[in-house]
Amino acid sequence: MNENTHTHRSLLQKLIAAPYIVWMIVFIIVPLAMVAYFAMTTADGVFTLENIKDVWQYANIFVRSIWLAAIATVICLVIAYPAAYILSRTSASAQSTLLMLVMLPMWMNFLLRTYAWMTILGNNGLINSFLGLFGIDSIKMLNTQGAVVLGMVYNYLPYMILPLYTVMMKIDKSVLEAAHDLGCNGAKTLFKVVMPLSIPGITSGITMVFVPAISTFIISRMLGGGSQLLIGDLIEMQFLGNSYNPNLGSAISLVLMVIVLIIMTVMNQFDAGDDKVLM
Amino acid sequence: MGKIVSLDNICLSFEGEQILNNINLDIFDKEFVTLLGPSGCGKTTTLRIIGGFLEPDLGDVIFDGKKMNNIPPHKRNINTVFQRYALFPHLNVYDNIAFGLRVKKLNEKEIKERVFEMLKLVNLVGFENRSVQRLSGGQQQRVAIARALINRPKVLLLDEPLGALDLKLRKEMQIELKKIQQSLEITFIYVTHDQEEALTMSDTVVVMNNGVIQQIGTPQDIYNEPVNAFVADFIGESNIIDGIMLKDCLVNIFGQEFECVDKGFSLNEEVDVVIRPEDIHIIPKDNARLFGTVETVTFKGVHYEMLVRSDNFNWLIHSTKAAEQGSVIGMDVDPFDIHIMKKTTE
Repeated sequence: MNENTHTHRSLLQKLIAAPYIVWMIVFIIVPLAMVAYFAMTTADGVFTLENIKDVWQYANIFVRSIWLAAIATVICLVIAYPAAYILSRTSASAQSTLLMLVMLPMWMNFLLRTYAWMTILGNNGLINSFLGLFGIDSIKMLNTQGAVVLGMVYNYLPYMILPLYTVMMKIDKSVLEAAHDLGCNGAKTLFKVVMPLSIPGITSGITMVFVPAISTFIISRMLGGGSQLLIGDLIEMQFLGNSYNPNLGSAISLVLMVIVLIIMTVMNQFDAGDDKVLM
Repeated sequence: MGKIVSLDNICLSFEGEQILNNINLDIFDKEFVTLLGPSGCGKTTTLRIIGGFLEPDLGDVIFDGKKMNNIPPHKRNINTVFQRYALFPHLNVYDNIAFGLRVKKLNEKEIKERVFEMLKLVNLVGFENRSVQRLSGGQQQRVAIARALINRPKVLLLDEPLGALDLKLRKEMQIELKKIQQSLEITFIYVTHDQEEALTMSDTVVVMNNGVIQQIGTPQDIYNEPVNAFVADFIGESNIIDGIMLKDCLVNIFGQEFECVDKGFSLNEEVDVVIRPEDIHIIPKDNARLFGTVETVTFKGVHYEMLVRSDNFNWLIHSTKAAEQGSVIGMDVDPFDIHIMKKTTE
């Protein structure tokens, strides 16, 4: 692989790569630069660090967002890991059916899916109406942190299952047989062989769930009822809401990006680091 | 020598296809047994049944006098060297070899002693901290052997362990494996499709084809006295000719009568006549009963390999003297080099 990067790239290769480079500049680099620019200027375009300092007053919202996203990510991992393991060990025909079932909710619009949960969890919703039949008082489920976490888990679970499934599919079946041969029962094989070998899937699954969960605003708005404001809501309010302040909004976005970057860097240490840490 | 593993009437079919058909096999203590056959003959399946990775549809697997059918692999006192080594990619050489003992929760001091004993046995001292992914094929092979042997199994199963190595390394490893087997006095059950490997290493060779055991015997028996045309053809190269048994010790090949040493066939029975290429003598064509035109002559080092075309058969001849390409030669065979076999009905 290293040899390729050192060899001289042909003109054709450069031409083929050009559209992607243009795409990356226009849609990734430029917007990022604009976010950074707005974050560090006043409405009049004068350089300032006030916006970034102002972000501090929303620390409680940051903590709540990180906390809820972390809980949702852990729940996703706990549900997805055995699911992916079972999925990877079933027959090929059953696998495609089960994968379909995992993907099926993703075919429906994100908003619709979340609306559906509102009607299920609401005070006069499906669950409470059902409980009412037995004379049980309705339980407040909507507009709670629990509902927000549920929404996150429900929406992002497939993004945890798929990378785990992919990585587990790649584990050579004979390696698992070797573990059995050397005295491992099912559980020991899981902990001593499957887990360490699926770390790349775990880290990418966590990334793919945690990052969108920490910045979501629809889920918290619809299932949290505005009482559980998250960073996403806060940013949205600065651009589209009453408290119009794109400079502060950019500053919050920038700080969020840095936090996510730090968390991901720490995470990736486990991936590349010494395996013995996990043994 | 006592029986250590017995297979009793093992049958297995998969999706309606018969993979193993009535396998009966006794394997003795400290024996080097090779299951030999072409791919798809059921040899690996047989090994996996002994290892516990597959359940037979019918029949018993008996280990040390005890029926083992439903015992899972991790509870059998058997270890396996897998075809493509199946080392744990997340562990280094030391931890790979120590794996089985750690599962058994031995103390680290004893584990260390035994790992180094194994490293010495397979000549890998100094490699203990290497990642297994940065080892050559031969070294990975040694790790796989050490990882299995450290558990001190009574039986070691080896599934084409040398298949991925180059010829020279394979020959070295053959000798080394045989040495290990003799010094540790463990029963080896070895699967290969390479007949030379089987003859070199084994005490007993089990030749299989289409899920049926064709012949069980010492390498010498299998080579010199193959029971049918399949075994003769698979073990070494052979000329297999249709013949008619005229009476005891007289066979008709291509209209010519040849003396042989086989008896007990019925009058005018159609038989397979097997003649090894090195047993055909080249003689002057004038007084020969068989002759043909030399098509190709290939130098093979120790001998020349010649393809000789006659009216109804292409002969393969090995000889230290080369005949001239395109010339017509006569051929003769000694009576005791003519092997008569019953036609296999398929």
